[in-house]
Amino acid sequence: MDTNTAVMENMESNNPKKTFWEAVKDFFGKDLVQYIFKRVLMFIPTIFLVSILTFFVIQLPPGDFVSSHISSMLTSGEMVSEAEAQAMREDYGLDKPFVVQYVKWVKDIIWTPTDSSYYRINHSHHNWKYSFSYGQNVWTVIAERLGITVGITAIIMVFQYAVSIPIAIYSATHQYSVGDYIFSVIGFLGAAIPNFILAIVLMYLSYKWTGDPNLGLELKSGVGPFLKSLIIPLIVIGTSGTCGIIRSVRAQMLDEIGRQYTLTARAKGVKESKIIMKYCFRAAINPTVSGLGGILSSLFSGSTVTALVLNLQLQGPQLLKALQTQDMYLAGAIVMVQAILVVVGILLSDIALAFLDPRIRYSGGSR
Amino acid sequence: MSRKLKTKEDYYLASQWTLMGRKLKKHKLAKISLLILAILYIGALFADFLAPYGLEEFNSLYKDTAPAKIHCMYEGKFVGPYVFKLRDELDFSTFTRHIYEDTSEYYKIRLFTHGEEYKILGFIKSDIHLFGVGEGSNGGAGAKIFLFGADKLGRDIFSRVLLGSRISLTIPFASAFISFFLGIAIGGLSGYFGGVFDIIIQRIIEVIGAVPQIPLWMALSAAIPSGISSVKIYFYITVILSFINWTGMARVVRGKFLSLKNEDYVMAARLAGVSTWKIIWKHLVPGFMSYLIVSLTLGIPGSILGETSMSYLNLGIKSPATSWGVLLQEASNVTDVAVHPHKLIPIIFVTITVLAYNFLGDGLRDAADPYK
Repeated sequence: MDTNTAVMENMESNNPKKTFWEAVKDFFGKDLVQYIFKRVLMFIPTIFLVSILTFFVIQLPPGDFVSSHISSMLTSGEMVSEAEAQAMREDYGLDKPFVVQYVKWVKDIIWTPTDSSYYRINHSHHNWKYSFSYGQNVWTVIAERLGITVGITAIIMVFQYAVSIPIAIYSATHQYSVGDYIFSVIGFLGAAIPNFILAIVLMYLSYKWTGDPNLGLELKSGVGPFLKSLIIPLIVIGTSGTCGIIRSVRAQMLDEIGRQYTLTARAKGVKESKIIMKYCFRAAINPTVSGLGGILSSLFSGSTVTALVLNLQLQGPQLLKALQTQDMYLAGAIVMVQAILVVVGILLSDIALAFLDPRIRYSGGSR
Repeated sequence: MSRKLKTKEDYYLASQWTLMGRKLKKHKLAKISLLILAILYIGALFADFLAPYGLEEFNSLYKDTAPAKIHCMYEGKFVGPYVFKLRDELDFSTFTRHIYEDTSEYYKIRLFTHGEEYKILGFIKSDIHLFGVGEGSNGGAGAKIFLFGADKLGRDIFSRVLLGSRISLTIPFASAFISFFLGIAIGGLSGYFGGVFDIIIQRIIEVIGAVPQIPLWMALSAAIPSGISSVKIYFYITVILSFINWTGMARVVRGKFLSLKNEDYVMAARLAGVSTWKIIWKHLVPGFMSYLIVSLTLGIPGSILGETSMSYLNLGIKSPATSWGVLLQEASNVTDVAVHPHKLIPIIFVTITVLAYNFLGDGLRDAADPYK
């Protein structure tokens, strides 16, 4: 969202930053800037649709959260009368149509005090920002884990690309060699074994071999232990995506290597490494760059099960728990945050793609 | 000369599918994968007959026991494959259950034994199972043969793997098929018409891709009315998976339509007054059908793995009905894996199936490539 508003601000406040703005235009070219502007505008309806879908999804499970909240209050010994329950329902607008509830939800999620004591004391001010199970503002609850989730996801993504792209280039340039086969088999196996099983087996093996039962169990503080505990999550979450990237880059590379321009370059005596890196690789990387958003979203979903098994303090298990306990504000807010992150990822990957491939800026982004 | 020309003529006249089939035959891994998949699907079809025990048959004595040991020699004599009956004993120093083989009599493994009743292919009643354990050498009874060991309720994992394959192999297939058609229809329309319609569809695809999958699964499976038969629940789960997975296919189809719709032959068809619908189905879709088949093949393994994740989160099929994901629930923590490693056996089937589909998809892709 930040990059979005930053770009928008740049576009509106032309006068004070005119030199900078012109520099940007000169650097990227006019087409690219126009393309980015168009894509950023598209971002707004996407977020709007995401919010509608999110709200619809969190409403789907049968029964409403007020009844589940009341039943949990009753079990903890609090008395709730029928009139109070009815008042609560009215406060949340549960008797109103879908559209009204949705508008209230969006309003509440954006504007309300962040002081957590406000929610404990003032029960009559029911709004969508309050997490039942934590008794706190949902943003406070989310903030606890958001940093680490984004950090880990970023590390895993960098790991995936750093590992898979060199392997893919090697496999493509040494097609049907022993190395190609070995990498293919490992990649296929990594993708064929469900994440949670791989996590459990690795945990067991690490316990057997190193005697450290906590290896990978939780994210610890301190650089050394932190990196050590990152090994298993990296392998488990990383491998499933790595295989996909290796295969798509390898297939694309093979296509490009077979093209006539490669032959021409080779005939002209261009160095092989230059042919591969400057021509083939640049053309082959496109689908991978455009798949960035998808990879981000599969990382969020894929890491949930792994994080559950390994007891990682990530957003996924928090979301799952919120959904199971019908803590619908928290769930809705987490889904929104993750979805916005993914949409931003797609936006950035589209911009990167336009930067890499001039054909896309000219044709207005139809890929 | 005539023969050679004939084959050459055949080659030029051969349809796209004949050529694909011919190339696929040369791809060894794909052929082996196809064979393995055929065996697995036949196994699923005749699961009741091949499995020695029924879905709900259990024996609490055998709970968590390791795979049955099959012996051949009894007291120095060859008697053919047999198993011993298990007995348990409480170890009073540690208060743990100790299970041992009762070697006083042996139980021969027999073919075509009578067991739980079932219906072959859903309509022929039978109670014959491929193999089982007969009477003991001294007339005893009650021995079991659990080839892959037993789960925590004392049910045969081998039987349950076979019976579970009926769901694990068909639901992903059906789900991939539904997303296949949704993807072609929506992606095709989006690519063919373009404009506002295209923009809207693109946003929808982006949105479905952006919302995390787990809440979608949870919300949709929570929306399944409770108290309906398990068969219906499978059906709903299939539909759920496909409503999330069609977006990838739609993207591929849209891209292909964008590049094909301006080809001369499409223009010619349009000028000749062919209807839009006919252009899409007769002229455009066959042009990249092979790619779609590849995507379909490669989409199935994703659904198989998705089903295991769903079951792990308790969102999928509920016991006593079973699938490979349900079986793997028992291997969902370190203690289980450490103490009862045999519970990981279903993973072998998941992995083999996923690998086979992947290799088959690769082989099909190579076969569909006209430049190779």
